[in-house]
Amino acid sequence: MKIVTCLKDVPGRDTRYQIGSGQNWINESDVTWEINECDEYALEEALKLKESLGGEVTLLTLGPQRSEKAMRKGLAMGADRGVHVVDTASRVLSPYPVAKALAAALEKEEFDLILAGTQSDDFSYAQTGVVLADLLGLPHATIVMEVAVDSDAKTVRVLREMESGWFQWVRLPLPAVLTIQAGISKVRYPSLKGIMQARRKEIRQINLEELGLDWEHMPSLEILSLAFPETDSKVEILEGPPETAVDALVDKLRREAKVL
Amino acid sequence: MSETIYVVIDHTNGEIRNASWETLVLGQRMAAQSGFELHALILGDDPGPVAEQVGRKQLDSVIAVADPKLRSYEPDSHCAALSQVLAEDAPHILLMAHIYQNIDLAPKLAAAIGTGLLTDCIDYRWEGGGFTFVRQVFRNKIDAEIRIRSRHPWLVTVQSGAFNSDDLEDGSAPPASRVVDLASVQVRRESLETIEGMKGGVDLTKADIIVGVGRGIKKEENLQLIHDLAEALGAEIGASRPVVDNGWLERERQIGSSGQNVQPKLYVACGISGAIQHIVGMKGAQCIVAINSDPNAPIFNIANYGIVGDLLEIAPVLTRKIRELKS
Repeated sequence: MKIVTCLKDVPGRDTRYQIGSGQNWINESDVTWEINECDEYALEEALKLKESLGGEVTLLTLGPQRSEKAMRKGLAMGADRGVHVVDTASRVLSPYPVAKALAAALEKEEFDLILAGTQSDDFSYAQTGVVLADLLGLPHATIVMEVAVDSDAKTVRVLREMESGWFQWVRLPLPAVLTIQAGISKVRYPSLKGIMQARRKEIRQINLEELGLDWEHMPSLEILSLAFPETDSKVEILEGPPETAVDALVDKLRREAKVL
Repeated sequence: MSETIYVVIDHTNGEIRNASWETLVLGQRMAAQSGFELHALILGDDPGPVAEQVGRKQLDSVIAVADPKLRSYEPDSHCAALSQVLAEDAPHILLMAHIYQNIDLAPKLAAAIGTGLLTDCIDYRWEGGGFTFVRQVFRNKIDAEIRIRSRHPWLVTVQSGAFNSDDLEDGSAPPASRVVDLASVQVRRESLETIEGMKGGVDLTKADIIVGVGRGIKKEENLQLIHDLAEALGAEIGASRPVVDNGWLERERQIGSSGQNVQPKLYVACGISGAIQHIVGMKGAQCIVAINSDPNAPIFNIANYGIVGDLLEIAPVLTRKIRELKS
């Protein structure tokens, strides 16, 4: 089974965001980048499928040169090779152009299954995997919690999460695109051996500009401005060392809120 | 002919999804401000009864799209049906609720018709004769105003809870229908069984006090602090998604869009950052306390009281003080 896993890097969970001077992007200078959480789960799922069925896992990334670090981690976790669409201009890209570029990069690749994260922790558009499926003419399923390839390897059964604790099994013909939900399994850490091997694994680089995409005529999303939300928050922050703050809290809960 | 706004009304077994009503509220506001017409679209094998309910709201028409292949959701038929209606009617914007079904459908539809899709919007702006939309980005910490750059119809999905279905304007809308031809649609996804994932004895909806625990607990071993606090308060324990995903608590304790919806008198959010998927499940609590090390965590926006600090340090102090109070 040949599996392609889409992987992107996003600002780390603990990032203290600053809005850049143009007001329409963040200041990236202090940002530490890490693999998008859902993508890490997608990769884990790909590696498990490879372990049980044999085959190959290829990482597919679009991003600036910086993104190679995330790819090397993915290779250290056990992916076999990578395809990096290098965005030398560090563009802020919308889902449709990204999917278009990924589809173009896949022209020379063979695959039975494409896995992507359901959404990313930067913009959370939750679009790219599905758009990619449609551009490639493939069926898809989103918010996937379990993947079981049927024994003839021509179809796959997947468990989709629905709202309010319900799940649905569906069957798709292969090749197909699945977008994986966080929490589908436990993500492995790269081993020391894996890290050593990852340095020598192949990453095929493709220059984004050379894919000949017609940027002007693709649907896109233009970020006009970013702002920290103005909240109508009425939160009362109780200050001081733990003892003081907790004393104040308990007092408020008893006398003001009357819930204790 | 004036420009039009279409709203897809989703329903399960004849029951209209509340998120679709909320989306209709947005549609009514956009239509009122812009002067655009507002029409509802209802897909199904027998959309009549749902269309009748929607017809009692203020709209210009309710369009039923009936076909046996639209009986239950599957992306190929639903995408084809909507593509055909949109090609014929050419609305300015199509609004849909940002529910799991549309997370599955909307990007496919956008790719199929080659127009822009903006998901999970919480607000809109009408300036200079054009719409822009507001959505949360970077783990809900920043609001972005975004313009769609593409041909029409633009597709926009709307966050659950961003609008209140109580704000719907009543009216009387004439029924209409469109015929779609789905004979040539190749349905590739086969629906198998639907299962309920949370069979268990825990019913958090009846709890007076809930201690909610999130990623900030850091390690499974630290959960003892939460058990102690819950015991002192006489509370049930709830969790945000990452804790359940890690297998540290049962899935039936998950609160939020893919878990339970709770309305306790007191909700103590411990190390929960406040992702929207969690907030929709607990914002109905009468009093919310947030304990979190990140002063910018969105949970503080909806909390009544907050302590900024290390949960592992604060939880034991709170447990002790509660015990003292009760003894």
